[in-house]
Amino acid sequence: MATDAVVVKRSAGRRLAGFFSGRPRLQIGSLLAAPMAWLVILYLGSLVVLLITAFWTVDPLSGTVIKELSWDNFKELVNIPVYREIIWRTVRTAILVTLTDAIIAFPIAFFMAKVAGRKTKALLVVAVLMPLWASYLVKIIAWRAILAEHGVLNWALEPIGLHGPGAGTASVWLTMSYLWLPYMILPIFAGLERIPDSLIAASEDLGAHPFTTFRKVILPLAFPAVVAGSIFTFSLTLGDYLAPKLVSNEQFIGTSIFDSITNNQPFAAAFALVPIVIVIAYLGVARKLGAFEHV
Amino acid sequence: MRLSRRGKITLRAVVALILAFIYIPLLVIVVEAFNSSRILKWPPPGFTLSWFGKAFESESAREALLTSIEAGLAAMLIAVVLGTLISLAVGRRSFFGRDSISFLVVLPIALPGIVTGVALSNTFTQVLGVSLSLMTVIIGHATFCIVVVYNNVVARLRRTSGSFEEASADLGADPWQTFRWVTFPALRSALGAGALLAFALSFDEIIVTNFTIGAGEETLPIWIYHNLFRPKELPVVPAVAVILIVLSIIPVYLAHRLSSDDAGLTPGRGAAAGDGSTAGPATIAETEAAAAH
Repeated sequence: MATDAVVVKRSAGRRLAGFFSGRPRLQIGSLLAAPMAWLVILYLGSLVVLLITAFWTVDPLSGTVIKELSWDNFKELVNIPVYREIIWRTVRTAILVTLTDAIIAFPIAFFMAKVAGRKTKALLVVAVLMPLWASYLVKIIAWRAILAEHGVLNWALEPIGLHGPGAGTASVWLTMSYLWLPYMILPIFAGLERIPDSLIAASEDLGAHPFTTFRKVILPLAFPAVVAGSIFTFSLTLGDYLAPKLVSNEQFIGTSIFDSITNNQPFAAAFALVPIVIVIAYLGVARKLGAFEHV
Repeated sequence: MRLSRRGKITLRAVVALILAFIYIPLLVIVVEAFNSSRILKWPPPGFTLSWFGKAFESESAREALLTSIEAGLAAMLIAVVLGTLISLAVGRRSFFGRDSISFLVVLPIALPGIVTGVALSNTFTQVLGVSLSLMTVIIGHATFCIVVVYNNVVARLRRTSGSFEEASADLGADPWQTFRWVTFPALRSALGAGALLAFALSFDEIIVTNFTIGAGEETLPIWIYHNLFRPKELPVVPAVAVILIVLSIIPVYLAHRLSSDDAGLTPGRGAAAGDGSTAGPATIAETEAAAAH
């Protein structure tokens, strides 16, 4: 009995194989049907719905959604100074975080790629990767404890008569720089690893000062990697709402979307398009700077 | 690179400072977990183990942990199936629109989490009329977890030759046998790595979760988030956080085991993105693989 079943199954499998062979489109179609249904209908569909919802409005009196297309949400975003300020504050913070991370990441990535021995290098890679596994929320809470009024930072600064940034934009800048730092270190490390040592040696043999070698050889070759890393630091900062919510009182794009979702879903949808547009624009710039070809 | 003695010492000092910057916040939260004070005050007036006892006793924390595991496993399963299907199509066959598929897979994680969250919750509540629940959380998580499975599996497929599968077929194996005995063994560790990452990503996720979770339900990150604003529960939060940090050693260990099998592994939202379309990640995967050697 059992063997019969196996024979029947195999021949069915073979018949199926015969049916599929020579029909490459059918093969691809059956492989992709389920995942594409998920990603196209559910995900892309949701994004399209989001785009449409952004043009709806909410009746201010009844609070019900009016499903008619209008530019009102976008006019509000552009014309009301508060929203302009929120968008600008978020973009400014994203740029600052990106620059900060690039400046912090470069020396350690350089040390890992070009100076450290094999063992130290392996150890440092693990040391940089480890915090990525620790919970994102836990790291924000840690910064909450550091930046709080009676927190670590004020305790450490007190003897020298200084005071931490409190619940302002600077706290968000610090927290985000911390959160996304590994995303900057790793691409730069990989980019530096790819620079042949012979190029650096050649520069040194020709009498260049280490600083000149760095400026004229290493930096230009590693720059696309920095841009690649900046894609993460920039876009992650743009969309985050928990860090601003937990370490500051300031409004950012993310917090504004989160706050308006319960009462005014169409406005939240319109606001959510802002980071999308900015990220796409940034990706365009990054492509021009060679982030995609070289890393 | 040849550096002067002074240059080397300076660079070492800078690296030490950066490592301190990376690890001091984690240390702070560990110290807070033993803080005997009810409020987060620095320096702690004394130390106690009682918050850990309270954390283990907390019914709601345990429930949240189970919810997180449930969501993680379900999202992982969906992501493994869908991600593997896509990579088999993209990695072994060429067809019109192949590049746009890699782009589509990356999109849910390349766009800010808040966009995915708003878009999905909007569709669920406004269009489909589904009430938010754990199910909607799982759907959301699976959507952005597909990419990590896909990235790992497709990278493995590119590295292995299709000629083994042709040989298997020539020797008379049917497609299922070929998959079971030839393709699958070659993919196994990559699949394991992808699944692990998908689980880790889902387990840690809070942004999309916050938008798609039903009222009254809590995953562990949501539990932590809620308890930050409950003064009575607040002191337990660092203890739970420390337990989470300790638990995170498990995936690190597993990842190390799997990546010594030559699979690319990195956690985190952004890092998991992109194969060809967003730059860094492929590199990051290589980095981790390189580190394992």
